[in-house]
Amino acid sequence: MESQIFELQYAMDTFYFLVCGALVMWMAAGFAMLESGLVRSKNTTEILTKNIALYAIACTMYLVCGYELMYGGGFFLSGTDNVASMTDEAVAGVLAAQADFRGGVEDAGLPYSGASDFFFQVVFVATAMSIVSGAVAERMKLWAFLAFAVVMTGFIYPVEGGWTWGGNAVPFIGELSYSDYAGSGIVHMAGAAAALAGVILLGARKGKYGKNGEVNAIPGANLPLATLGTFILWMGWFGFNGGSTLQLSGIGVANEVASVFVNTNAAAAGGLIGALIVARILFGKADLTMALNGALAGLVAITAEPADPSALQASLIGAVGGVLVVFSILTLDKLKIDDPVGAISVHGVVGLFGVLVVPFTDGDATIGGQLLGALVIFVWVFVCSLIVWAILKAVMGIRVTEEEEFNGVDLSECGMEAYPEFTGGK
Amino acid sequence: MKLVTAIIKPFMLDAVRESLSEIGVQGITVTEVKGFGRQKGHTELYRGAEYVVDFLPKTKLEVAVSDSQVDSVVESISKAAHSGKIGDGKIFVSPLEQVIRIRTGETGEDAL
Repeated sequence: MESQIFELQYAMDTFYFLVCGALVMWMAAGFAMLESGLVRSKNTTEILTKNIALYAIACTMYLVCGYELMYGGGFFLSGTDNVASMTDEAVAGVLAAQADFRGGVEDAGLPYSGASDFFFQVVFVATAMSIVSGAVAERMKLWAFLAFAVVMTGFIYPVEGGWTWGGNAVPFIGELSYSDYAGSGIVHMAGAAAALAGVILLGARKGKYGKNGEVNAIPGANLPLATLGTFILWMGWFGFNGGSTLQLSGIGVANEVASVFVNTNAAAAGGLIGALIVARILFGKADLTMALNGALAGLVAITAEPADPSALQASLIGAVGGVLVVFSILTLDKLKIDDPVGAISVHGVVGLFGVLVVPFTDGDATIGGQLLGALVIFVWVFVCSLIVWAILKAVMGIRVTEEEEFNGVDLSECGMEAYPEFTGGK
Repeated sequence: MKLVTAIIKPFMLDAVRESLSEIGVQGITVTEVKGFGRQKGHTELYRGAEYVVDFLPKTKLEVAVSDSQVDSVVESISKAAHSGKIGDGKIFVSPLEQVIRIRTGETGEDAL
């Protein structure tokens, strides 16, 4: 009887992990819609190509070497269970490990299928990489971006994730005492750090900043798509944070999962309201794109600790993230760091805020530990990315020519328009 | 024969079309255009940065009419497209040398 319950728990946790992974996979669609809505129509095909290609590259590179570097799962998943683990002996072994795990024995093995663990982790890599694509939109060469994606998803992110979630020691520093539930820092700030390095080497879109320091608006082509993308991300985030509980089968963990869902939703709502009100006060109008960024900022802010806060605390953490993101976007524009979709502000600035706010609701985390962890992640990802972008810039160039930028990267990179029946998109 | 070209506010188009039908106009050509007159453009806001929309969307309609119809057509458009506010548009009347109906080969006023 007991072993049947263990089997059921194992099956349920594995199923939960897989469904959450599928939800996170869908965030790639959210990023694709958000970004294609916030760029001009002449750059739509290219940003869609970039988004779906980076997803495929991330999945492949993490399978080839990323999972090994981060969790020691073996190159080409050689250490992960497969058909061989379906024999009776193998099942009996897993069952024994389950008995140990449920009995509280340390290092008792995973309470779910190893392949489901890979599946859940691999979609996080894709999320980190998706963050980069929006920030460098409308001017970067497609193949330079994809080449960067190979290094980012196969090496830069897995090494950093190994130090934090994987428990590997950081060179010269040792093991971190850093708490990041679903990756405000590990995934989001890391993606933003890579994006920032790219944007600095890439430069602003032509016409974004005037000679006298004025900031020119380059309105996005399709706000319905941007809104749909935000809704999709919001939904996918339940898998992102909810799945990071890693388990469902038990009253304690089930309650934790429920609280994570409630807090994730509350933070997104708080972020949207915060950004909407601040934009209204600053600009006199309800700026939809800022409100969308606010919802995402709320989600990023709560990601580092979505279980411990009360629902009200989660709303407030989200709201602060939403307020922060508006000022961050305006400040980056003053610094002439051109980020068409606000990715660096949403995922970087608010990601850092999310990491630093953890000790207020989680007694085990310390400000010092959080700061050091965030610093390690940022320095590693930013410096590595800067080097890789610089090499790409020297070897193949990372920016399209001025004329190609004017005509739209859809034509120069993909040779096709997104809406060929409406010619002459400006 | 005259060619009457009118630039009007887009949402006035239905009213203008109806009033032209009432006085027996057989056909009009409509184009979506952009431009500015005394109304100038207006500013819009995107992520905190203002930008000027110089060219406003307008609707251009062209009607070819006989000399006897010109006055009633002009009056009809003026009335139907009138709101009294800036940006109502303009009507241009120009001479028309020749009209040919492609299907039958009719020319002149027969082709109107």
